[in-house]
Amino acid sequence: MKFVTVAGPPSSGKTAVLIHTIRHLLEDGTKVVVGKIDCLGTNDGEKYQKLGIPVIVGLSGDICPDHFYVPNLEVIFNWAKEKSAHIAILETAGLCHRCAPAIKGCLAISVVDNLSNIDVPQKIGPMLSTADIVVITKGDIVSQAEREVYRRKMELINPGAEILEVNGLTGKGSLLLKTSIMQAADVDTITGRELRSSMPACVCSYCTGEKRIGKSFQLGYIKKIEATETKGGGG
Amino acid sequence: MGEDIRKITLIGGTTKSGDKETIERLEIHKGDIITLVGPTGSGKSELLSDIEQLARGDTPSNRAVILNDGELNRWGRQMVAQLSQAMNFVLDMPVEDFLELHASSRGTSNNPVIEEVMGLTNSLSGEPIDARDNITSLSGGQSRALMIADIAVISDAPVVLIDEIENAGINRLMALEILSAKGKIVIVASHDPLIILMAQKRIVMHNGGMFKVLERNKQEEEILKKLIVMDNELSALRDTLRMGDFARGGGTLLMNKSGSVEEKKEESSNLEII
Repeated sequence: MKFVTVAGPPSSGKTAVLIHTIRHLLEDGTKVVVGKIDCLGTNDGEKYQKLGIPVIVGLSGDICPDHFYVPNLEVIFNWAKEKSAHIAILETAGLCHRCAPAIKGCLAISVVDNLSNIDVPQKIGPMLSTADIVVITKGDIVSQAEREVYRRKMELINPGAEILEVNGLTGKGSLLLKTSIMQAADVDTITGRELRSSMPACVCSYCTGEKRIGKSFQLGYIKKIEATETKGGGG
Repeated sequence: MGEDIRKITLIGGTTKSGDKETIERLEIHKGDIITLVGPTGSGKSELLSDIEQLARGDTPSNRAVILNDGELNRWGRQMVAQLSQAMNFVLDMPVEDFLELHASSRGTSNNPVIEEVMGLTNSLSGEPIDARDNITSLSGGQSRALMIADIAVISDAPVVLIDEIENAGINRLMALEILSAKGKIVIVASHDPLIILMAQKRIVMHNGGMFKVLERNKQEEEILKKLIVMDNELSALRDTLRMGDFARGGGTLLMNKSGSVEEKKEESSNLEII
Protein backbone atom coordinates (compact mmCIF):
# COMPACT_ATOMS: atom_id res chain seq x y z
CA MET A 1 0.00 0.00 0.00
CA LYS A 2 1.17 3.51 -0.79
CA PHE A 3 0.77 5.95 2.07
CA VAL A 4 0.60 9.58 0.96
CA THR A 5 0.49 12.68 3.16
CA VAL A 6 -0.92 15.93 1.82
CA ALA A 7 -0.44 19.23 3.63
CA GLY A 8 -0.90 22.91 2.86
CA PRO A 9 -2.31 26.20 4.10
CA PRO A 10 -6.10 26.60 4.39
CA SER A 11 -7.92 27.20 1.08
CA SER A 12 -4.86 26.35 -0.98
CA GLY A 13 -6.89 23.72 -2.80
CA LYS A 14 -5.77 20.46 -1.16
CA THR A 15 -9.18 18.79 -1.30
CA ALA A 16 -10.03 20.08 -4.79
CA VAL A 17 -6.71 18.86 -6.19
CA LEU A 18 -7.08 15.48 -4.47
CA ILE A 19 -10.62 14.93 -5.69
CA HIS A 20 -9.54 15.35 -9.33
CA THR A 21 -6.50 13.16 -8.77
CA ILE A 22 -8.45 10.42 -6.99
CA ARG A 23 -10.94 10.35 -9.89
CA HIS A 24 -8.07 9.52 -12.24
CA LEU A 25 -6.83 6.83 -9.84
CA LEU A 26 -10.29 5.28 -9.58
CA GLU A 27 -10.65 5.23 -13.37
CA ASP A 28 -7.60 2.97 -13.46
CA GLY A 29 -9.24 0.64 -10.95
CA THR A 30 -6.95 1.67 -8.10
CA LYS A 31 -8.49 1.33 -4.63
CA VAL A 32 -8.13 4.61 -2.74
CA VAL A 33 -9.07 5.51 0.83
CA VAL A 34 -8.81 8.95 2.40
CA GLY A 35 -8.12 10.20 5.91
CA LYS A 36 -8.73 13.83 6.76
CA ILE A 37 -7.35 15.50 9.87
CA ASP A 38 -8.81 18.87 10.75
CA CYS A 39 -9.19 21.07 13.83
CA LEU A 40 -12.76 22.05 14.50
CA GLY A 41 -14.95 20.94 11.64
CA THR A 42 -14.86 19.99 7.99
CA ASN A 43 -17.16 19.07 5.12
CA ASP A 44 -14.34 17.50 3.23
CA GLY A 45 -15.31 14.01 4.38
CA GLU A 46 -18.58 14.27 2.44
CA LYS A 47 -16.77 15.56 -0.62
CA TYR A 48 -14.58 12.45 -0.63
CA GLN A 49 -17.53 10.18 0.11
CA LYS A 50 -19.17 11.40 -3.07
CA LEU A 51 -16.38 9.63 -4.92
CA GLY A 52 -17.67 6.43 -3.36
CA ILE A 53 -14.49 5.72 -1.39
CA PRO A 54 -13.98 4.92 2.32
CA VAL A 55 -13.23 8.06 4.33
CA ILE A 56 -12.11 8.58 7.90
CA VAL A 57 -12.24 12.04 9.50
CA GLY A 58 -10.37 13.00 12.67
CA LEU A 59 -11.03 16.29 14.43
CA SER A 60 -8.32 17.37 16.83
CA GLY A 61 -10.47 19.76 18.85
CA ASP A 62 -8.37 21.43 21.54
CA ILE A 63 -5.17 19.78 20.42
CA CYS A 64 -2.86 20.99 17.68
CA PRO A 65 -3.88 18.95 14.59
CA ASP A 66 -0.31 18.04 13.79
CA HIS A 67 0.27 16.65 17.29
CA PHE A 68 -3.04 14.86 16.99
CA TYR A 69 -2.03 13.47 13.62
CA VAL A 70 1.11 11.63 14.71
CA PRO A 71 -0.42 9.36 17.39
CA ASN A 72 -3.24 8.54 14.97
CA LEU A 73 -1.05 7.53 12.07
CA GLU A 74 -1.10 3.86 13.05
CA VAL A 75 -4.87 3.94 13.49
CA ILE A 76 -5.36 5.38 10.02
CA PHE A 77 -2.74 3.14 8.41
CA ASN A 78 -4.26 -0.02 9.88
CA TRP A 79 -7.76 1.07 8.92
CA ALA A 80 -6.58 1.63 5.34
CA LYS A 81 -4.98 -1.83 5.28
CA GLU A 82 -8.21 -3.38 6.53
CA LYS A 83 -9.99 -1.72 3.63
CA SER A 84 -7.36 -3.35 1.39
CA ALA A 85 -6.51 -0.01 -0.15
CA HIS A 86 -3.81 0.33 -2.80
CA ILE A 87 -3.36 3.95 -1.85
CA ALA A 88 -4.13 5.69 1.43
CA ILE A 89 -4.13 9.47 1.22
CA LEU A 90 -4.00 11.46 4.43
CA GLU A 91 -4.91 15.12 4.15
CA THR A 92 -3.92 17.28 7.11
CA ALA A 93 -4.86 20.85 7.87
CA GLY A 94 -1.94 22.00 10.01
CA LEU A 95 -2.80 24.74 12.48
CA CYS A 96 0.19 27.07 12.61
CA HIS A 97 2.19 25.53 9.74
CA ARG A 98 5.27 25.25 11.88
CA CYS A 99 5.12 21.44 11.55
CA ALA A 100 5.27 19.20 8.54
CA PRO A 101 3.51 15.83 8.41
CA ALA A 102 5.98 14.26 5.97
CA ILE A 103 7.11 10.73 6.89
CA LYS A 104 10.37 9.14 5.77
CA GLY A 105 9.67 6.58 3.06
CA CYS A 106 6.10 7.78 2.38
CA LEU A 107 5.23 10.16 -0.44
CA ALA A 108 4.75 13.70 0.91
CA ILE A 109 2.79 16.29 -1.06
CA SER A 110 2.41 19.99 -0.21
CA VAL A 111 -0.17 22.23 -1.82
CA VAL A 112 0.30 26.00 -2.02
CA ASP A 113 -1.41 28.61 -4.16
CA ASN A 114 -0.15 31.38 -6.39
CA LEU A 115 -2.28 33.96 -4.61
CA SER A 116 -0.45 33.74 -1.33
CA ASN A 117 2.11 36.31 -0.35
CA ILE A 118 5.47 35.85 -2.01
CA ASP A 119 7.02 35.27 1.42
CA VAL A 120 4.72 32.40 2.33
CA PRO A 121 7.27 29.79 1.25
CA GLN A 122 9.59 31.02 4.02
CA LYS A 123 6.77 31.10 6.54
CA ILE A 124 5.72 27.51 6.04
CA GLY A 125 9.29 26.24 5.74
CA PRO A 126 9.30 22.59 6.84
CA MET A 127 6.00 21.80 5.14
CA LEU A 128 7.54 22.80 1.81
CA SER A 129 11.14 21.79 2.32
CA THR A 130 10.27 18.23 3.37
CA ALA A 131 7.82 17.55 0.53
CA ASP A 132 8.54 15.24 -2.41
CA ILE A 133 5.98 16.98 -4.57
CA VAL A 134 4.93 20.63 -4.34
CA VAL A 135 1.62 21.32 -6.05
CA ILE A 136 0.97 24.94 -6.99
CA THR A 137 -2.66 25.91 -7.55
CA LYS A 138 -4.59 28.94 -8.83
CA GLY A 139 -2.16 29.54 -11.67
CA ASP A 140 -5.06 30.33 -13.97
CA ILE A 141 -5.73 33.69 -12.32
CA VAL A 142 -2.27 35.19 -11.97
CA SER A 143 0.22 36.33 -14.58
CA GLN A 144 2.78 34.08 -16.23
CA ALA A 145 5.51 36.15 -14.54
CA GLU A 146 4.08 35.53 -11.08
CA ARG A 147 3.73 31.81 -11.75
CA GLU A 148 7.39 31.71 -12.73
CA VAL A 149 8.55 33.75 -9.74
CA TYR A 150 6.54 31.60 -7.38
CA ARG A 151 7.82 28.41 -8.86
CA ARG A 152 11.38 29.66 -8.59
CA LYS A 153 10.84 30.40 -4.89
CA MET A 154 9.73 26.80 -4.39
CA GLU A 155 12.73 25.46 -6.26
CA LEU A 156 15.05 27.44 -4.02
CA ILE A 157 13.40 26.18 -0.83
CA ASN A 158 13.11 22.58 -1.97
CA PRO A 159 15.48 21.93 -4.88
CA GLY A 160 14.75 18.21 -4.99
CA ALA A 161 10.96 18.41 -5.15
CA GLU A 162 8.89 17.76 -8.21
CA ILE A 163 6.82 20.89 -8.80
CA LEU A 164 3.43 20.48 -10.45
CA GLU A 165 0.90 23.13 -11.37
CA VAL A 166 -2.66 21.91 -10.90
CA ASN A 167 -5.94 23.72 -11.39
CA GLY A 168 -8.30 22.72 -8.59
CA LEU A 169 -11.38 23.86 -10.50
CA THR A 170 -10.82 22.09 -13.81
CA GLY A 171 -8.40 19.41 -12.64
CA LYS A 172 -5.85 20.42 -15.26
CA GLY A 173 -2.49 19.01 -14.18
CA SER A 174 -3.98 16.35 -11.89
CA LEU A 175 -3.08 13.60 -14.35
CA LEU A 176 0.60 14.30 -13.78
CA LEU A 177 0.02 14.18 -10.04
CA LYS A 178 -1.70 10.81 -10.43
CA THR A 179 1.27 9.49 -12.40
CA SER A 180 3.68 10.65 -9.69
CA ILE A 181 1.59 9.09 -6.93
CA MET A 182 1.60 5.78 -8.77
CA GLN A 183 5.40 5.85 -8.80
CA ALA A 184 5.61 6.11 -5.00
CA ALA A 185 7.04 3.16 -3.10
CA ASP A 186 4.76 0.74 -1.24
CA VAL A 187 5.08 0.55 2.54
CA ASP A 188 4.22 -2.43 4.75
CA THR A 189 3.96 -0.66 8.03
CA ILE A 190 4.00 2.83 9.50
CA THR A 191 5.19 1.71 12.93
CA GLY A 192 8.81 2.60 13.56
CA ARG A 193 8.96 5.08 10.70
CA GLU A 194 10.14 8.61 11.36
CA LEU A 195 8.83 12.07 10.68
CA ARG A 196 11.08 14.08 8.40
CA SER A 197 10.90 17.14 10.62
CA SER A 198 10.43 17.44 14.36
CA MET A 199 7.29 18.96 15.86
CA PRO A 200 7.94 21.72 18.38
CA ALA A 201 7.13 21.46 22.06
CA CYS A 202 3.69 22.77 22.75
CA VAL A 203 2.85 21.99 26.33
CA CYS A 204 1.52 24.89 28.35
CA SER A 205 -1.65 25.66 30.26
CA TYR A 206 -3.26 27.16 27.14
CA CYS A 207 -2.81 23.88 25.27
CA THR A 208 -5.14 22.33 27.78
CA GLY A 209 -7.92 24.87 27.70
CA GLU A 210 -6.74 27.72 29.98
CA LYS A 211 -8.29 31.05 28.92
CA ARG A 212 -7.20 33.54 31.57
CA ILE A 213 -4.37 35.97 30.74
CA GLY A 214 -1.61 36.56 33.28
CA LYS A 215 1.64 35.18 34.62
CA SER A 216 0.05 33.16 37.41
CA PHE A 217 -2.05 31.15 34.95
CA GLN A 218 0.88 30.23 32.75
CA LEU A 219 2.29 26.79 33.47
CA GLY A 220 4.53 24.47 31.55
CA TYR A 221 6.75 25.38 28.65
CA ILE A 222 6.49 29.18 28.41
CA LYS A 223 8.66 31.34 26.19
CA LYS A 224 8.60 35.14 26.42
CA ILE A 225 9.79 37.61 23.79
CA GLU A 226 12.20 40.32 24.84
CA ALA A 227 10.34 43.64 24.76
CA THR A 228 12.80 45.43 22.50
CA GLU A 229 11.88 46.95 19.21
CA THR A 230 12.99 45.14 16.04
CA LYS A 231 15.43 47.26 14.02
CA GLY A 232 15.01 46.96 10.26
CA GLY A 233 14.70 43.61 8.53
CA GLY A 234 11.70 42.09 10.20
CA GLY A 235 10.16 39.28 8.50
CA MET B 1 16.30 28.05 -22.50
CA GLY B 2 16.65 24.30 -22.63
CA GLU B 3 15.53 22.30 -25.58
CA ASP B 4 14.18 23.74 -28.74
CA ILE B 5 10.57 23.17 -29.76
CA ARG B 6 10.49 22.67 -33.51
CA LYS B 7 7.01 21.33 -33.82
CA ILE B 8 3.91 20.21 -32.00
CA THR B 9 1.85 17.41 -33.50
CA LEU B 10 -1.79 17.03 -32.52
CA ILE B 11 -3.21 13.53 -32.94
CA GLY B 12 -7.00 13.61 -33.12
CA GLY B 13 -9.08 11.95 -30.43
CA THR B 14 -12.83 12.07 -29.99
CA THR B 15 -15.57 14.69 -29.94
CA LYS B 16 -17.97 15.21 -27.05
CA SER B 17 -20.29 12.60 -28.59
CA GLY B 18 -17.45 10.10 -28.77
CA ASP B 19 -17.03 10.20 -32.54
CA LYS B 20 -13.61 10.43 -34.10
CA GLU B 21 -12.32 13.95 -34.60
CA THR B 22 -12.38 15.02 -38.25
CA ILE B 23 -8.78 16.21 -38.05
CA GLU B 24 -6.67 13.14 -37.38
CA ARG B 25 -3.29 14.78 -37.39
CA LEU B 26 -2.04 18.34 -37.43
CA GLU B 27 1.50 19.64 -37.25
CA ILE B 28 2.25 23.10 -35.89
CA HIS B 29 5.72 24.44 -36.62
CA LYS B 30 8.07 26.94 -35.06
CA GLY B 31 7.02 30.50 -35.92
CA ASP B 32 3.38 29.53 -36.63
CA ILE B 33 0.48 31.53 -35.28
CA ILE B 34 -2.61 29.36 -35.09
CA THR B 35 -6.04 30.52 -33.96
CA LEU B 36 -8.77 28.34 -32.52
CA VAL B 37 -12.29 29.34 -33.47
CA GLY B 38 -15.72 28.06 -32.54
CA PRO B 39 -18.62 28.96 -30.28
CA THR B 40 -18.39 28.77 -26.50
CA GLY B 41 -18.26 25.13 -25.46
CA SER B 42 -16.85 23.94 -28.78
CA GLY B 43 -13.62 22.82 -27.16
CA LYS B 44 -11.11 25.64 -27.69
CA SER B 45 -9.97 25.84 -24.07
CA GLU B 46 -9.84 22.04 -23.84
CA LEU B 47 -7.52 21.91 -26.82
CA LEU B 48 -5.25 24.51 -25.19
CA SER B 49 -5.39 22.45 -22.02
CA ASP B 50 -4.45 19.26 -23.92
CA ILE B 51 -1.40 21.03 -25.31
CA GLU B 52 -0.47 22.42 -21.90
CA GLN B 53 -0.74 18.98 -20.31
CA LEU B 54 0.80 17.13 -23.24
CA ALA B 55 -2.18 14.84 -23.45
CA ARG B 56 -1.43 11.21 -24.22
CA GLY B 57 -4.89 9.89 -24.84
CA ASP B 58 -5.56 10.36 -21.15
CA THR B 59 -7.71 13.52 -21.21
CA PRO B 60 -11.46 13.64 -21.98
CA SER B 61 -10.68 14.36 -25.65
CA ASN B 62 -8.47 11.26 -25.97
CA ARG B 63 -6.08 13.39 -28.00
CA ALA B 64 -2.33 12.99 -28.04
CA VAL B 65 0.10 15.87 -28.29
CA ILE B 66 3.64 15.12 -29.46
CA LEU B 67 6.62 17.44 -29.07
CA ASN B 68 9.17 17.49 -31.87
CA ASP B 69 9.62 13.85 -32.89
CA GLY B 70 8.46 12.48 -29.58
CA GLU B 71 11.79 12.63 -27.78
CA LEU B 72 10.30 14.88 -25.07
CA ASN B 73 7.48 13.42 -23.02
CA ARG B 74 7.09 16.34 -20.67
CA TRP B 75 7.36 20.07 -21.14
CA GLY B 76 10.70 21.27 -19.83
CA ARG B 77 10.88 24.06 -17.31
CA GLN B 78 9.11 27.14 -18.56
CA MET B 79 8.64 26.03 -22.12
CA VAL B 80 5.03 27.14 -22.15
CA ALA B 81 3.79 30.62 -21.34
CA GLN B 82 0.11 31.24 -20.89
CA LEU B 83 -2.15 34.23 -21.05
CA SER B 84 -5.88 34.42 -20.46
CA GLN B 85 -8.49 37.02 -19.68
CA ALA B 86 -8.85 35.72 -16.14
CA MET B 87 -5.24 36.48 -15.24
CA ASN B 88 -4.40 39.39 -12.94
CA PHE B 89 -1.37 40.67 -11.14
CA VAL B 90 -1.57 39.94 -7.42
CA LEU B 91 1.87 40.92 -6.15
CA ASP B 92 1.87 44.36 -4.61
CA MET B 93 5.03 46.13 -5.81
CA PRO B 94 6.25 48.67 -8.36
CA VAL B 95 6.49 47.50 -11.98
CA GLU B 96 10.28 47.79 -12.12
CA ASP B 97 10.78 45.80 -8.90
CA PHE B 98 8.42 43.19 -10.21
CA LEU B 99 10.25 42.89 -13.53
CA GLU B 100 13.55 42.70 -11.69
CA LEU B 101 12.20 39.93 -9.48
CA HIS B 102 10.99 38.04 -12.52
CA ALA B 103 14.22 38.57 -14.45
CA SER B 104 16.37 37.46 -11.54
CA SER B 105 14.22 34.37 -10.99
CA ARG B 106 15.17 33.42 -14.55
CA GLY B 107 18.80 34.32 -14.09
CA THR B 108 18.58 37.11 -16.65
CA SER B 109 20.62 40.28 -16.27
CA ASN B 110 18.43 43.14 -15.27
CA ASN B 111 18.50 46.65 -16.64
CA PRO B 112 18.41 46.27 -20.41
CA VAL B 113 15.71 43.61 -20.09
CA ILE B 114 13.51 45.79 -17.93
CA GLU B 115 13.89 48.71 -20.31
CA GLU B 116 12.96 46.46 -23.20
CA VAL B 117 9.81 45.26 -21.42
CA MET B 118 8.81 48.83 -20.50
CA GLY B 119 9.34 49.98 -24.08
CA LEU B 120 7.24 47.17 -25.53
CA THR B 121 4.54 47.59 -22.89
CA ASN B 122 4.17 51.25 -23.67
CA SER B 123 4.02 50.65 -27.39
CA LEU B 124 1.20 48.12 -26.81
CA SER B 125 -0.80 50.06 -24.27
CA GLY B 126 -2.87 53.12 -25.08
CA GLU B 127 -1.92 54.64 -21.76
CA PRO B 128 1.74 54.63 -20.84
CA ILE B 129 2.99 52.97 -17.66
CA ASP B 130 5.64 54.39 -15.39
CA ALA B 131 8.17 51.95 -13.99
CA ARG B 132 7.35 53.23 -10.49
CA ASP B 133 3.61 52.45 -10.82
CA ASN B 134 2.35 49.64 -8.66
CA ILE B 135 1.43 46.61 -10.76
CA THR B 136 -1.86 46.09 -8.95
CA SER B 137 -2.97 49.65 -9.82
CA LEU B 138 -2.62 49.17 -13.58
CA SER B 139 -5.72 49.19 -15.78
CA GLY B 140 -6.87 46.03 -17.56
CA GLY B 141 -5.25 47.14 -20.81
CA GLN B 142 -2.01 48.18 -19.14
CA SER B 143 -1.80 44.88 -17.24
CA ARG B 144 -2.38 42.88 -20.40
CA ALA B 145 0.25 44.90 -22.26
CA LEU B 146 2.76 44.33 -19.47
CA MET B 147 1.98 40.61 -19.33
CA ILE B 148 2.53 40.25 -23.09
CA ALA B 149 5.77 42.24 -23.12
CA ASP B 150 7.00 40.27 -20.12
CA ILE B 151 6.15 36.93 -21.77
CA ALA B 152 7.94 38.02 -24.95
CA VAL B 153 11.11 39.27 -23.27
CA ILE B 154 11.63 37.69 -19.85
CA SER B 155 9.69 34.40 -19.98
CA ASP B 156 10.81 33.84 -23.54
CA ALA B 157 9.04 30.47 -23.66
CA PRO B 158 9.08 28.78 -27.09
CA VAL B 159 5.33 28.10 -26.91
CA VAL B 160 2.68 30.65 -25.99
CA LEU B 161 -0.92 29.62 -25.36
CA ILE B 162 -3.48 32.43 -25.28
CA ASP B 163 -7.12 32.16 -24.28
CA GLU B 164 -8.46 35.37 -25.87
CA ILE B 165 -6.77 38.76 -25.85
CA GLU B 166 -9.64 41.12 -25.19
CA ASN B 167 -9.79 44.51 -26.81
CA ALA B 168 -9.07 46.54 -23.70
CA GLY B 169 -7.03 49.39 -25.04
CA ILE B 170 -4.12 47.37 -26.31
CA ASN B 171 -2.76 46.96 -29.79
CA ARG B 172 -3.63 43.30 -30.36
CA LEU B 173 -2.03 43.19 -33.75
CA MET B 174 1.30 44.34 -32.43
CA ALA B 175 0.94 41.99 -29.45
CA LEU B 176 0.75 38.94 -31.69
CA GLU B 177 3.59 40.22 -33.83
CA ILE B 178 5.79 40.71 -30.78
CA LEU B 179 5.02 37.22 -29.50
CA SER B 180 5.58 35.45 -32.79
CA ALA B 181 8.61 37.53 -33.76
CA LYS B 182 11.11 35.26 -32.02
CA GLY B 183 10.09 32.07 -33.76
CA LYS B 184 7.66 31.01 -31.06
CA ILE B 185 4.64 28.84 -31.61
CA VAL B 186 1.63 30.97 -30.71
CA ILE B 187 -1.79 29.37 -30.31
CA VAL B 188 -4.71 31.69 -29.65
CA ALA B 189 -8.34 30.87 -28.88
CA SER B 190 -10.38 33.85 -30.02
CA HIS B 191 -13.75 35.21 -31.06
CA ASP B 192 -12.18 38.36 -32.48
CA PRO B 193 -12.19 38.60 -36.32
CA LEU B 194 -8.99 40.64 -36.32
CA ILE B 195 -7.08 38.07 -34.29
CA ILE B 196 -8.62 35.13 -36.16
CA LEU B 197 -7.62 36.52 -39.53
CA MET B 198 -4.14 37.49 -38.40
CA ALA B 199 -3.23 33.84 -38.27
CA GLN B 200 -2.50 32.08 -41.52
CA LYS B 201 -4.15 28.95 -40.23
CA ARG B 202 -7.10 28.39 -37.97
CA ILE B 203 -8.58 25.31 -36.42
CA VAL B 204 -12.36 25.25 -36.42
CA MET B 205 -13.65 23.55 -33.27
CA HIS B 206 -17.01 21.84 -33.16
CA ASN B 207 -18.61 19.73 -30.44
CA GLY B 208 -15.32 19.32 -28.61
CA GLY B 209 -13.42 18.18 -31.69
CA MET B 210 -11.06 19.66 -34.27
CA PHE B 211 -13.50 19.94 -37.16
CA LYS B 212 -11.44 21.49 -39.93
CA VAL B 213 -8.36 23.56 -40.60
CA LEU B 214 -8.75 26.66 -42.73
CA GLU B 215 -5.96 28.62 -44.35
CA ARG B 216 -6.43 32.34 -44.79
CA ASN B 217 -7.25 33.07 -48.45
CA LYS B 218 -6.62 36.11 -50.66
CA GLN B 219 -10.04 37.58 -50.01
CA GLU B 220 -9.54 37.28 -46.27
CA GLU B 221 -6.19 39.02 -46.57
CA GLU B 222 -7.97 41.99 -48.11
CA ILE B 223 -10.57 41.90 -45.36
CA LEU B 224 -7.80 41.78 -42.76
CA LYS B 225 -6.27 44.97 -44.20
CA LYS B 226 -9.63 46.69 -43.88
CA LEU B 227 -10.14 45.38 -40.39
CA ILE B 228 -6.81 46.82 -39.34
CA VAL B 229 -7.85 50.24 -40.67
CA MET B 230 -11.21 49.95 -38.89
CA ASP B 231 -9.52 48.88 -35.68
CA ASN B 232 -7.15 51.85 -35.75
CA GLU B 233 -10.08 54.12 -36.42
CA LEU B 234 -12.02 52.69 -33.54
CA SER B 235 -9.06 53.17 -31.20
CA ALA B 236 -8.68 56.77 -32.33
CA LEU B 237 -12.40 57.35 -31.78
CA ARG B 238 -12.15 55.79 -28.35
CA ASP B 239 -9.27 58.08 -27.44
CA THR B 240 -11.12 61.15 -28.76
CA LEU B 241 -14.20 60.40 -26.67
CA ARG B 242 -12.19 59.53 -23.60
CA MET B 243 -10.29 62.80 -23.84
CA GLY B 244 -13.62 64.61 -23.61
CA ASP B 245 -13.87 65.68 -27.23
CA PHE B 246 -16.70 65.33 -29.76
CA ALA B 247 -16.41 62.56 -32.29
CA ARG B 248 -15.94 64.05 -35.74
CA GLY B 249 -15.82 62.86 -39.33
CA GLY B 250 -16.94 59.56 -40.71
CA GLY B 251 -13.66 57.73 -40.80
CA THR B 252 -12.18 56.03 -43.80
CA LEU B 253 -14.63 53.14 -43.76
CA LEU B 254 -18.38 53.47 -43.80
CA MET B 255 -20.96 50.76 -43.90
CA ASN B 256 -23.42 51.52 -46.70
CA LYS B 257 -27.04 50.45 -46.62
CA SER B 258 -26.46 47.08 -48.18
CA GLY B 259 -23.99 46.30 -45.46
CA SER B 260 -20.90 46.04 -47.65
CA VAL B 261 -17.74 47.87 -46.80
CA GLU B 262 -16.81 50.89 -48.89
CA GLU B 263 -13.38 52.38 -48.74
CA LYS B 264 -12.76 56.08 -48.99
CA LYS B 265 -9.68 57.32 -50.83
CA GLU B 266 -8.18 59.22 -47.95
CA GLU B 267 -5.35 57.37 -46.31
CA SER B 268 -5.37 58.95 -42.90
CA SER B 269 -8.20 58.93 -40.46
CA ASN B 270 -10.44 61.96 -40.24
CA LEU B 271 -10.46 61.65 -36.51
CA GLU B 272 -8.09 63.95 -34.74
CA ILE B 273 -6.92 63.70 -31.21
CA ILE B 274 -6.31 66.94 -29.39
